[in-house]
Amino acid sequence: MDIFLTSRIASDVLGGVTNGVIYGLVALSLVLVWRSTGILNFAQGAMPMMATYVGMIAFGHFFGYWICVVIAILVGFLIGAGTERVLVRPLYGKPEINPVVVMVGFLTVLEAVAAAIWSSTPRSLTTPFSPIDFHLGGKPFALSAFSLYQIVTAIVVMVAVAVLFRFTNLGLQLRASALAPEVSRLLGVRVNRMLTLGWTLSTGVGTITAILVSSNFFTGLTPQVMDGIFAFGFIAAAVGGLDSPVGSIVAGVVIGIILQFVGDYVNSNAIILVALFILIVSLMARPNGVFSVVKARRV
Amino acid sequence: MIRVQGLTVAYGAVKALVDVSFEARTSAITAVLGANGAGKTTLLRTISGLKTPVAGSITHDETELTAMKTEDIARMGIAHVPEGRGVIGEFTVEENLRLGALTAKLNAKQSLENQYERFPILGERRRQHADQLSGGERQILSMARALIANPSVLLLDEPSLGLAPLITAQIMATIKDLCASDDLTVILVEQNASSALRIADHAVVLNVGHVVANDVASVVAEDENLRQYYLGMVS
Repeated sequence: MDIFLTSRIASDVLGGVTNGVIYGLVALSLVLVWRSTGILNFAQGAMPMMATYVGMIAFGHFFGYWICVVIAILVGFLIGAGTERVLVRPLYGKPEINPVVVMVGFLTVLEAVAAAIWSSTPRSLTTPFSPIDFHLGGKPFALSAFSLYQIVTAIVVMVAVAVLFRFTNLGLQLRASALAPEVSRLLGVRVNRMLTLGWTLSTGVGTITAILVSSNFFTGLTPQVMDGIFAFGFIAAAVGGLDSPVGSIVAGVVIGIILQFVGDYVNSNAIILVALFILIVSLMARPNGVFSVVKARRV
Repeated sequence: MIRVQGLTVAYGAVKALVDVSFEARTSAITAVLGANGAGKTTLLRTISGLKTPVAGSITHDETELTAMKTEDIARMGIAHVPEGRGVIGEFTVEENLRLGALTAKLNAKQSLENQYERFPILGERRRQHADQLSGGERQILSMARALIANPSVLLLDEPSLGLAPLITAQIMATIKDLCASDDLTVILVEQNASSALRIADHAVVLNVGHVVANDVASVVAEDENLRQYYLGMVS
């Protein structure tokens, strides 16, 4: 058992899951926005990045880690809600390209503002968890206290979102507003509030993700910290299905594991190539996503 | 009671309703009849706030509805069952009903049981997705979803659309029963004039946005000109 756990294969799987849950979380936050408002949010990485700077760096002078995490998530909620109200609401019913342009622009602005205030030098976030791998029988295996923290947090967030959507009245209204806005309004559901709430939740999930990503000892927090992660999260969401929270999470984890093996056995430069290859093949085979339940509509 | 006065509604330059006035009394069924494009659906959409009128007023008891949001009108107890039934196909029967009960702040479990008792077919299918139901079952589901919040006004848009005559008759009978037992104000929009007139107390006939008749249902039903020219009923 020990020999297996410290083997190359097991360490690739563990490392892949650790990265994969992050891709899954980014994908989940994209899905939350897509399902509520039908918009692909290209600032889905930058908005949480901003919340992380405010919560973890600006408030980091005054408070400890956990209080800063709570502040960052609350700031994330505010950024999400404010963005929907101010930037996104005028775009409903406009051509699909409009929100894409606006959100790419917003991404650029956020990264520039963060760099102007905090500079683009990486900031390290102190975490209460060690990034040093556990040892078994004198050999390291690819799991540290920090990666466990990352995996457990991701699972808790995913389960919380699933419970909210599946089992609560609020979740029922969120889903109804996304599927049938007019019918929902006729039943007294405050659809506009539900759309704002979709963005709020999504940015909250994103902020938790950004805190985990920038807590990574090697990268730290920079204005561009989410750019690469966003690309993999986007691929996971497209492969799993933009309307399928479970699909996007599963796709995130599977892609994380595959890419870990590619990086280890092939070449780390091949990672992004393989990721794009997975995207293209899955879009050709199942354009709506592997796990999507939406049937292609005949016109 | 719903009172509509001088209502004019336009889509751009095209007027869908011109100076429409009528009253729909409590515990009575008011049928709104007319051909395609007469403005029947527009009338219901304006009452429930989905469309803003150019002029005129709509009052429910003493409350003016035209300036209110759709959500608030629904929360006042004005239930609109839209054309094409509007059940959410991706939801189960029970989720559709729960959604209807949300804003009424009632005991959800009890209200669900009441609807299952009233419409046993829904109880049998409570775990099924609504898109697996037949047309008639969907119509029943959307009515049950509107009724679960104990509305005071029920706006029904073409409940017989696409249904077999026997099912239409059942649904009309259900509407009649509900109106008699629940102090409900019903506005029933129908192209199927004969089945609507059979249960209605009062009838309003629209023709390209204008009211051409506004009278007791039996009088409208026997008016040869109305039957022939506006209601497509051959005697």
